[in-house]
Amino acid sequence: MNIIVCVKQVPDTKDVRLDPKTNTLAREGVESIMNPFDRHALEEAVAIKEQLGGKVTVITMGPPQAETVLREAIACGADDGVLISDRAFAGADTWATSYTLARAVKTLGLFDLILCGKQAIDGDTAQVGPGLACRLQLPYATCVQKTRKVTTAAIEVERMMDDGYDVLRLPLPALITVVKDINEPRVASLKGKMRAKKTEIRKLSAADIGADHQCIGLAGSPTQVVRVFSPEARGDRKIFSGSVTEQVDQLVECLRAHL
Amino acid sequence: MLTIESDKCTACGICETSCAFGAITVQDDCAVVNETCTLCGACVENCPVDALHIEIAGKKIQSDIEMYSGVMVFAEYRHGGIAQVSYELLGIGRKLADKRGVTLSAVLPGGNVASFTEALIAAGADTVFLAEHPVLEQFREDVYAAVLEQVIREQKPEIVLAGATAIGRSVIPFVAHALNAGLTADCTHLEIREKDGMLLQTRPAFGGNIMATIECPNTRPQMATVRPKVMAPAVPDRTRKGEVIKVRLLEQTLQTKIEVLDSVISDGDQVNIQEVETLVAGGRGLESEKGFALIRELASELGGAVAASRAAVDSGWIPYPHQVGQTGKTVSPKLYIACGISGAVQHAVGMQSAEIVVAINRDCNAPIFNIATYGVVGDLYEVVPQLIKRLKEIKK
Repeated sequence: MNIIVCVKQVPDTKDVRLDPKTNTLAREGVESIMNPFDRHALEEAVAIKEQLGGKVTVITMGPPQAETVLREAIACGADDGVLISDRAFAGADTWATSYTLARAVKTLGLFDLILCGKQAIDGDTAQVGPGLACRLQLPYATCVQKTRKVTTAAIEVERMMDDGYDVLRLPLPALITVVKDINEPRVASLKGKMRAKKTEIRKLSAADIGADHQCIGLAGSPTQVVRVFSPEARGDRKIFSGSVTEQVDQLVECLRAHL
Repeated sequence: MLTIESDKCTACGICETSCAFGAITVQDDCAVVNETCTLCGACVENCPVDALHIEIAGKKIQSDIEMYSGVMVFAEYRHGGIAQVSYELLGIGRKLADKRGVTLSAVLPGGNVASFTEALIAAGADTVFLAEHPVLEQFREDVYAAVLEQVIREQKPEIVLAGATAIGRSVIPFVAHALNAGLTADCTHLEIREKDGMLLQTRPAFGGNIMATIECPNTRPQMATVRPKVMAPAVPDRTRKGEVIKVRLLEQTLQTKIEVLDSVISDGDQVNIQEVETLVAGGRGLESEKGFALIRELASELGGAVAASRAAVDSGWIPYPHQVGQTGKTVSPKLYIACGISGAVQHAVGMQSAEIVVAINRDCNAPIFNIATYGVVGDLYEVVPQLIKRLKEIKK
């Protein structure tokens, strides 16, 4: 079983804050982490490998320092890491990212299963998984909460819906995206950490994957950000002052008409 | 790439603070960009002296943009009904279509769904493209995507809207990729520019810390998903006239590799936070799971339900169905009381259409106070018990 896991290095968005005075993003102390959903995709891949044998390859598109998340993934059980990195990839939206990842997957050769996190916490779009499935012409399922059964021929999964869940069987090769409920990711073992240090990370550039320059980076992105702004404040707001008791009294007085 | 005009740059440092990726720094007397730049454009927008520019080389432009016309909505059917969000999309779709002077259509795939076409017309559709086939009885990504792709290729709408539901978020990115079309997820605001029909799509960005407006200048259709409860449906008008067109589905469109073994509807064991009039929400400021006991007490005193921020859900204090925000649910209750929630954009977009927002927070600089109707500055562990006590007194 050859499994590919797509991961992304993201800023830990819960630490990113808007400075109320300057209306700009304050990012002091914001760390780069492996996208949390991708951890669960990796864990599922490693669990399947342990059951059926084979190999787990982790791929990421990003700047050179994204190598960190690949080493982290190897420490947690992946066999190989591939860094897809080139200045020409910068500014990619989800369309161009799906294209680039697909070219890289084709360059790597045969695979049985691709696993992705449901979405990345910096963009929250959940579009790259289905986009990648489209480009590789794979059957896919998103928001998988449980792998019921997996063989070398097919995978049976429970996929979250708004009103419950569906049970699907997909023939392999296939692609699934996972939610956090699917498993509890393991922490890196000492042995894994040692191996992560030693493993050589393969690097792929735009030329290595035979990318069409009109399909990558900002040039290949159909969407374009034209304005960035912070939301407006409410017009009619009233912020109380004084002791807690005084403030609560004022609040209850204001709310009284609505209760 | 990002270029910096050194003679214009005043080294003010605004670009440095506006970058979410730490990719730009002021060195000596000019800003310098490093390789972590994602070309997001936030610095370009914020530069007061226009010293920053993003150059795009060799951008391809679709040659038949002029052929595309009209607004199309993906009408979503599941388990015996049309998703409410489909009617909401017809509401906003009608406004966009009227402003542009074009038609509004709905595409409805399903097994036996002809009876729902009337409701779609009453909600604003001029035309319903009905795509019926037994294989469409249950949702399967591959065959639903193929149906949407076929209809869009045949009809060439300039705008396609879909609900950001489990189904919409799963199938639409595949369709957009197949059509080489731009797609913006989870839009909270949509507007059309009359002169060129450009769809201005606004959504939270950078982990929901700031809003971004997105355009797709060179491709059609322009595709967007919108979360349930963000847009208002039109009042149904049963006298509206519309046309139902049966889609002749191609043999290749109906191929599927996905087998649906079961479709389970979960018991509604919890209150749906989108349906209640009063919500009391807890966030990181609760500091532990125990804090929700207090939140629950206030909610029950007000006859409301309990909601939470992403921070509280991520900490494992309360399950995901209670989460409000960009990655949770969008709610619009009459009264929303936010306790210990900082109010980052990612949370705000999920609750800012509430009629009255009460913010309780120790930090008087917390952004939640910007979107609050009433603000109480103080420790929620002092404020909430006193509030409960006062509410009990009033009842007597």
